[in-house]
Amino acid sequence: MAEKIIRIKDAKKSFGQVHALRGVDLEVDRGEVILIVGPSGSGKSTLLRSVNRLEALTSGEIWVEDDCVTGPHADIRKIREEVGMVFQSFNLFPHLSVTENIALAPTLVRGEKPAVAIQRAETLLARVGLSDKAHAYPDQLSGGQQQRVAIARALAMQPKIMLFDEPTSALDPEMIKEVLDVMLDLARDGMTMLVVSHEMGFARAAADRVIFMDEGMVVESGPPAEIFSNPREERTQRFLEHIL
Amino acid sequence: MTNPAPAAAKPGGKSLPPGGPTKDSMHLAESSLIPGDAETIAAWKIAFFGAIAVLVILPIWRPSPFLEIMSFVPDGLIATFTVTFASICIALLLGLLAGLGRIARTTIINRIATVYVEVVRGIPLLVHLFYIYYALGPLLHLNGFMSAIAALSFCYGAYLAEIFRAGLQSIHKGQMEAALALGMSRTQALWKIILPQTIRVILPPIGNEFIALLKDSSLVSILAVSDLLRRGREYASTTFFYLEAYTVVALIYLVMTLFLSRLVGLMEERLRTHGRKNN
Repeated sequence: MAEKIIRIKDAKKSFGQVHALRGVDLEVDRGEVILIVGPSGSGKSTLLRSVNRLEALTSGEIWVEDDCVTGPHADIRKIREEVGMVFQSFNLFPHLSVTENIALAPTLVRGEKPAVAIQRAETLLARVGLSDKAHAYPDQLSGGQQQRVAIARALAMQPKIMLFDEPTSALDPEMIKEVLDVMLDLARDGMTMLVVSHEMGFARAAADRVIFMDEGMVVESGPPAEIFSNPREERTQRFLEHIL
Repeated sequence: MTNPAPAAAKPGGKSLPPGGPTKDSMHLAESSLIPGDAETIAAWKIAFFGAIAVLVILPIWRPSPFLEIMSFVPDGLIATFTVTFASICIALLLGLLAGLGRIARTTIINRIATVYVEVVRGIPLLVHLFYIYYALGPLLHLNGFMSAIAALSFCYGAYLAEIFRAGLQSIHKGQMEAALALGMSRTQALWKIILPQTIRVILPPIGNEFIALLKDSSLVSILAVSDLLRRGREYASTTFFYLEAYTVVALIYLVMTLFLSRLVGLMEERLRTHGRKNN
């Protein structure tokens, strides 16, 4: 019986009159890779961003291991150290070189020695295949390269969980594969991953579970093969017809 | 806008921008639509070297008043520079604090900063000077010099606050989110991620405020501060060479501001080019 690393209980979030989440329950096993799909506005990104509290829930609870993210006394910075995040728009720091982008947070947040942090940055750059770009600046890189640096930057904090918020949506088609390859590699390594994406190929290759969300609720969840070839709910069927 | 451009893409005697002499007609069209930097620089050269030439020629041509003025007036430069420099330093600090206050999420801080900016921007600088020197000066035991610095800092702090606010808000919110997601505190994110990027954006407008402050520092001559303008007036009022004294004063201001504006321009260019390292 695998241990639950994330527990989401009845998560609700409203932005004024708009209800982004209407009561989501989700438990994630350690090492599990979950793909969250659904039409735009279905609350996928809001759910993901609630896990490290970039969005604060209106009600409900989220636990990361033994820490309550949503509690009033949550040490949110401690939790965020454990939860890496990759954004659709990369959000690399443009005034810092690739190595500095990766090494900054470990030195600043963890108090690591710069030499140690730079050493790890180099290892991580090798892992994402960008050793030759260590001294480049973000605007000298292609979108795919930037996103791989962003993944390395998140990994530098040695997180236990990685959140991917539409990591390939802003990329040209020919660059998607290089990013997905890095993510596949991470998944094989046993990283717990929550991925908001419509990359079905990635889902088939790496996901343990696919969750279909609509209108702020989880409509259906199950193994990729089941969801994609045999969806039970009509809404899931209609959605999949559109994107497949 | 761009559609009719290729038709207008005749070279027309205009030189191409350096580094981009291509046959691409689109490129040509766009470069001819924007008033080239070359024009500005040519105008700058005429004004700057012209002013220096006049300043050199006048005392040679008529040493009697001009050489005297030139040896009398520059004493005021020290006061002008001191007031300007001290004011800009304090104003930068005030502006940064108020600019941060303007984007703060705490209502009370936000309110204080906004009221400060709105009040100060609604009152003329000269009124500030009078108010601090004549109304508050006796109470606070401020001399003219201190009153001048206080008023200029107070006013320019508000102007700079708006520049800081705009600069801070121009940074994509994903930058703060990425920093927070990595476990940084808001303060760390501000100092390491947001402010270094903001400074690049706001250096040119801050440079312009610096120039404006240098010019506005001439207002302090009414507070018995012997700045450049006041020295000119002192000379003129004893010798009645008004035209000559104020010509020299105007030319000295012109040379200083043109020099600084060129510096700001160069800074802008450098910030646009790549590879600059912060830290």
